[in-house]
Amino acid sequence: MMNLLVLQLLNGLQLGVLLFLIAAGLTLVFGIMDVVNLAHGVLYMVGAYFIATFAAMTGSFWWGLLLTVPAAIAVGLILELVVIRRLYDRSHLDQVLATFGLVMIANEAVKIVWGTSPLAVPMPELLSGSVPLMGPLQYPVYRIAIIASGLAMAGGLYLVINHTRIGMLLRAGATNRAMVSALGIDIGKLFAIVFTLGAVLACIAGALVAPILSVDTGMGESVLILTFVVVVIGGIGSIRGAFLGAILVAVVDTLGGVFGPILLRSVLDPSAAGQAGRMLAPMLIYILMAALLCVKPDGLFGGRG
Amino acid sequence: MTMKTNLLATTTLSICLATAAAAQDVPASAEDDVLKIGLILTLSGPAASLGEQARNGFMLAADRIGELGGVETEIVVIDDEQRPDKAADDARELVQRENVDFVVGPIFSNIAVAIHQPVTESGTILISPNAGPSDFAGAQCNPNFFATSYQNDQNHEVMGAYAQKQGFQNVFLMAPNYQAGKDSLAGFKNSYTGGTAGEVFTELGQLDFSSELAQIAAFQPDALFAFMPGGMGVNLVKQYDQAGLSSIPFLSAFTVDETTLPATQDAALGLLGGANWAPDLDNAANEEFVSEYIEEYGHVPGTYAMQAYDAAQLIDSAVEKVGGDLTDRDALRAALKEADFDSPRGDFSFGVNNFPVQDFYLVEAVKRDDGLYATSVREKIFDDYVDTYAENCTME
Repeated sequence: MMNLLVLQLLNGLQLGVLLFLIAAGLTLVFGIMDVVNLAHGVLYMVGAYFIATFAAMTGSFWWGLLLTVPAAIAVGLILELVVIRRLYDRSHLDQVLATFGLVMIANEAVKIVWGTSPLAVPMPELLSGSVPLMGPLQYPVYRIAIIASGLAMAGGLYLVINHTRIGMLLRAGATNRAMVSALGIDIGKLFAIVFTLGAVLACIAGALVAPILSVDTGMGESVLILTFVVVVIGGIGSIRGAFLGAILVAVVDTLGGVFGPILLRSVLDPSAAGQAGRMLAPMLIYILMAALLCVKPDGLFGGRG
Repeated sequence: MTMKTNLLATTTLSICLATAAAAQDVPASAEDDVLKIGLILTLSGPAASLGEQARNGFMLAADRIGELGGVETEIVVIDDEQRPDKAADDARELVQRENVDFVVGPIFSNIAVAIHQPVTESGTILISPNAGPSDFAGAQCNPNFFATSYQNDQNHEVMGAYAQKQGFQNVFLMAPNYQAGKDSLAGFKNSYTGGTAGEVFTELGQLDFSSELAQIAAFQPDALFAFMPGGMGVNLVKQYDQAGLSSIPFLSAFTVDETTLPATQDAALGLLGGANWAPDLDNAANEEFVSEYIEEYGHVPGTYAMQAYDAAQLIDSAVEKVGGDLTDRDALRAALKEADFDSPRGDFSFGVNNFPVQDFYLVEAVKRDDGLYATSVREKIFDDYVDTYAENCTME
């Protein structure tokens, strides 16, 4: 049982840092720009397709990862310029409609460009295989690398947000957008930076996960819902909240799925416990979200009125 | 007469007429001297590669033979998009407007259920190159329905029998949470009586199996049995390898095959599956089929291709037997039932329910000398195996 707990905590952490990378952009875009971006999952998917393409072109995962970053910046800037910029003054409903349309266009475009069958990204030689943890337990090196790089990026983001001028503007923008623009800051430029930063982070998350999962058109939507839960739990606009929320959601999700049925088995008969556990496990994070919103309606670190 | 009874009478009358047409049983298509065949396969979406293999296999045989049964042959290919409603419409279109003599398809069982009635009730012959739902093997067997594949439970039963034979005591079972997934585990347990270390139903389309793999690592079962078709299988196999679990035997059905191996490559080497055939099965017909297929399409054929190849051979053999005369339906059905062709799988005959009686094997994923990945026969598990539903079938 102890073994399972350790493995699941690691799995939770790994899912958590990925969720954080996606949620960070989403929470900033929502918090600072006040745009509901349903197409954020698309960027995650596009990142995975980028690395699949670049890795196949160069024959190296590392070059693929490196080339994904400028491509992600380009996509972020273009998307902001062409679509998102036109949505700032529109209602949330319009934004939802437009970005949902974007999801469909993007999925179809990806199918046209890359085909319908899932793509595979080879795992870098250096990070393949697994390391012994304790006893017979092993853990994949690559997942450890995801955890490490995710934590490093979270740390970097913390430094940028809290100790640089641009970070100061971001925080100010999240708290009071009108005041920031009244102070003479070019809010248009700030928005473009925020959106692109979010796009790059989501693309990197997609690129990191590509060697584990197959790269597929639906992959964006599957994480988007979880990411919205993270943003709501963490508090809209808060990077710190997104980090804690992501880890919390991921750990509850991975532990609940496994230990829920086991715990239920002690009170119910095995088949009923299995049935109930299967139904309850996916609900746990939503129960968590509902419970948290009862206590803190703005989320963990949501400060906006 | 009130409006309602009037309507009722008309309906009854038209049903009578329809039944009469069905009883007469010679579709309009039989009258002309062209052999027309409609293929309904899944050719788009995540499972497109399965349908593509079936189409390639069928076309390979058709191109080689030229005129099937010595009759001018016309083939129409339709993508069912894995949607039963669309497939049913397509089937009606093929039968009523295109006047096909045979419909070959589909890949998925839920689609087989949707197209079965529209095709068979018109007297047109339906040949399934893959789906083998239990209903059509048992009580609802139909003289106009043939399967060149297997009954759906059989590949799972093969793995259960293997686990039993190995003396495994606790096997970890895993399948997606939908009908075929539940049937799979039931099929496995049909022929395996040992204990289970755990039984997990995952979400259909799940791509990250870290939680399930953590349980397997923690429980250290004697073996894993997984039914994870398509992209799910690709991910499971890769993650199984990465998690360092390769020392635990990996038993599977429809998970490690020629449609997933190009994506999993080395990660799948040594993993086991149950099948009615493998590309290296030793017989002349198979050697010819596999080498021609690879030459034509550049990848190794899987069971989907082989079974569709046999569907084309079956049509060829039967039409030739009746001398190209498609109007005598009883003779045509009898000729089909004889299955007088050389299947790449060796022994092949039809049971009472028009499902194959064939051998089943334990297969293992290997890397061939030419660098391509394929499954390879390890040992024969069942000889001339008849599915468990056949006894419920009383034809006509």
